[in-house]
Amino acid sequence: MEAYKKHTSIAALMDRSNVDTDQIIPKNFMKKVERTGFGIHLFHNWRFLADNVTPNPDFELNKPAFKGAKILVAGENFGCGSSREHAPWAIADYGFNTIISTSFADIFFSNCFKNSILPIKVSKDELAALMAEIAANEGVEFTVDLEAQKVTTPGGIEINFEVDAFRKESLLDGLDDIAWTLKHEDKITAFEEKQKQALPWLWK
Amino acid sequence: MTKTMYEKIWDANLVHEPESGSPLLFVDRHLMHEVTSPQAFEGLRLQNRKVRNVHSILATIDHCVPTKDRYNIVDPIAKKQVETMTANCAENEINLYGMDSNQNGVIHIVVPEHGFIHPGMVVCCGDSHTATHGAFGALAFGIGTSEVEHIMATQTLQQKKAKTMLVKVEGQLSKYATAKDIALAIIAETGTAGGTGYVMEFAGNTITDLSMEARMTLCNMAIEAGARAGLVAPDQITFDYLEGREFAPKGDDWATAVEYWKTMVSDEGAEFDSVITLKAEDIAPQVSWGTSPEQVVAVDAVVPAPSDFDDVVKSQACVNALKYMDVKAGQKITDINIDIVFVGSCTNGRIEDFRAAAELIKGKTVAQGVQAIAVPGSFPVKEQAEAEGLDKIFIAAGWEWRDPGCSMCLAMNGDELKDGQRSASTSNRNFEGRQGKGGRTHLVSPAMAAAASIEGHFVDIRDWK
Ligand code: SF4
Repeated sequence: MEAYKKHTSIAALMDRSNVDTDQIIPKNFMKKVERTGFGIHLFHNWRFLADNVTPNPDFELNKPAFKGAKILVAGENFGCGSSREHAPWAIADYGFNTIISTSFADIFFSNCFKNSILPIKVSKDELAALMAEIAANEGVEFTVDLEAQKVTTPGGIEINFEVDAFRKESLLDGLDDIAWTLKHEDKITAFEEKQKQALPWLWK
Repeated sequence: MTKTMYEKIWDANLVHEPESGSPLLFVDRHLMHEVTSPQAFEGLRLQNRKVRNVHSILATIDHCVPTKDRYNIVDPIAKKQVETMTANCAENEINLYGMDSNQNGVIHIVVPEHGFIHPGMVVCCGDSHTATHGAFGALAFGIGTSEVEHIMATQTLQQKKAKTMLVKVEGQLSKYATAKDIALAIIAETGTAGGTGYVMEFAGNTITDLSMEARMTLCNMAIEAGARAGLVAPDQITFDYLEGREFAPKGDDWATAVEYWKTMVSDEGAEFDSVITLKAEDIAPQVSWGTSPEQVVAVDAVVPAPSDFDDVVKSQACVNALKYMDVKAGQKITDINIDIVFVGSCTNGRIEDFRAAAELIKGKTVAQGVQAIAVPGSFPVKEQAEAEGLDKIFIAAGWEWRDPGCSMCLAMNGDELKDGQRSASTSNRNFEGRQGKGGRTHLVSPAMAAAASIEGHFVDIRDWK
């Protein structure tokens, strides 16, 4: 996994709540057997007109000012719906590595960390302030410092955010979760032996 | 110290809680389908890792399967996905109810049919509706593909403990109010994010009176309330359902297992982080009017107006939903006309669902211009229904009687709404485009869907003849 570094990047504004995984990546694009190449389908139904190729000029992420954005600022309950990891794959492949919202759906939230995406939870007021700054100055660049757990903006906003210590470390180092877990393999084996004794029918 | 059921399952499956790092939870059962697993197998292969406990896995192919002419998968990429699943399972000796199996069907329907899920287990699947299996008193939740790979390699998950919510439903349900209506009424109460961070335990006499099938419908929708999982305490109904099934404990193990299962329930007086209470008498048949499962009202109500919501976000969501759904504030739910009726999915694709729908359409005919399709959740459900003659009732009424699969629940297999079409659907999600780009979905119970097929619009089945 790629390590997450401190960066200063364009922040794109998506002022919608309950953005669900069916919108992030519509199911007709989930049939691939690879992890890559989903970015071109991100938000497909909103992003393209009925011919499926012409960019929809009314869709916020199609604004030239948001081109190359790495930070997505969106409304509450982002990523609700399915467990499809195709959603964070598409988001990462499109170029985002940070999503800022007041809340995220559980499975989506944990899927982000597996794909070097940092989901940042902020308060309602903080989100409103960030959104207002983008709206007033489209193309503005925010700085995200994971080490310091801080978002700063040219407009003078400074937000300290929370992140689970283990997840932070994994992101910063680009750690492989499976390799970390396998360091505890003796514990797993011991658990299995104990379960074989206590609940033998699970092993028949 | 008293514990909730969730805490007991957590403790029983906790492998290790290191001082720094994440707790590791043991996964007893791992379910798979073709859409969310190929990249996980690929990951294993690249790292030269093996599947740790093959016996813990049960797999099926369901999302991409055509419900007419099932071997004719037109989309070459979908076809490749199905072939990849078949090859991955063969290579790893995983138990797959594949395309040729007479046990094939939607994963969350097939797995319980075989008694694969027991109380007290931790169950995962790369699919959010894994919540279904909470009906057995198992902690069952959806995961992403990286975690599918993680479980295959380690049989564990890095997990954080959830908060607990008790959802109490007491009283006698009115005629034709079902588990689906309870689920929708709960979501109307909590919102789609209300359960975020929680595991919900459903309790109260309304819940304990429900059959296993109805409990599965209810737990299936827990995820639509944002909950990590739903749980119902195991009881005699659970044990009776499991006894004799293929993967249920056998011989001397049975009695030991039941004794163990009886201990895996919330202790008297156990504390929950949050409690909500509903009265069964208040739950009418529900119909969703918007593009989120929380945008739902009773069938005898009207479509709400943006001004009905104090919360600005919900008010704006109402504006957007009215536009997308092409319904008007103040419009009676029973005045909404529909084009397609779909009975099926892991929410409502079990035998009881087809019985309920058949009861209402028997001897009647589908309204002019309406297409109605019945898609059994699995081949065993289909066979059972046919043994009871239900297929004949559907066909005589002008319905299509299809082969099993996810079908129009998420429309990956070619069964989909066309732009602007409107459905009465027994599935679980009414998101924009869920059933086809531009398609409009109204979530209802099987009985409500059945009646709508006859009238061409929603009807209050409590006083419909
Ligand atoms: S029936 Fe629908 S919700 Fe259930 S597994 Fe299939 S696609 Fe998912």
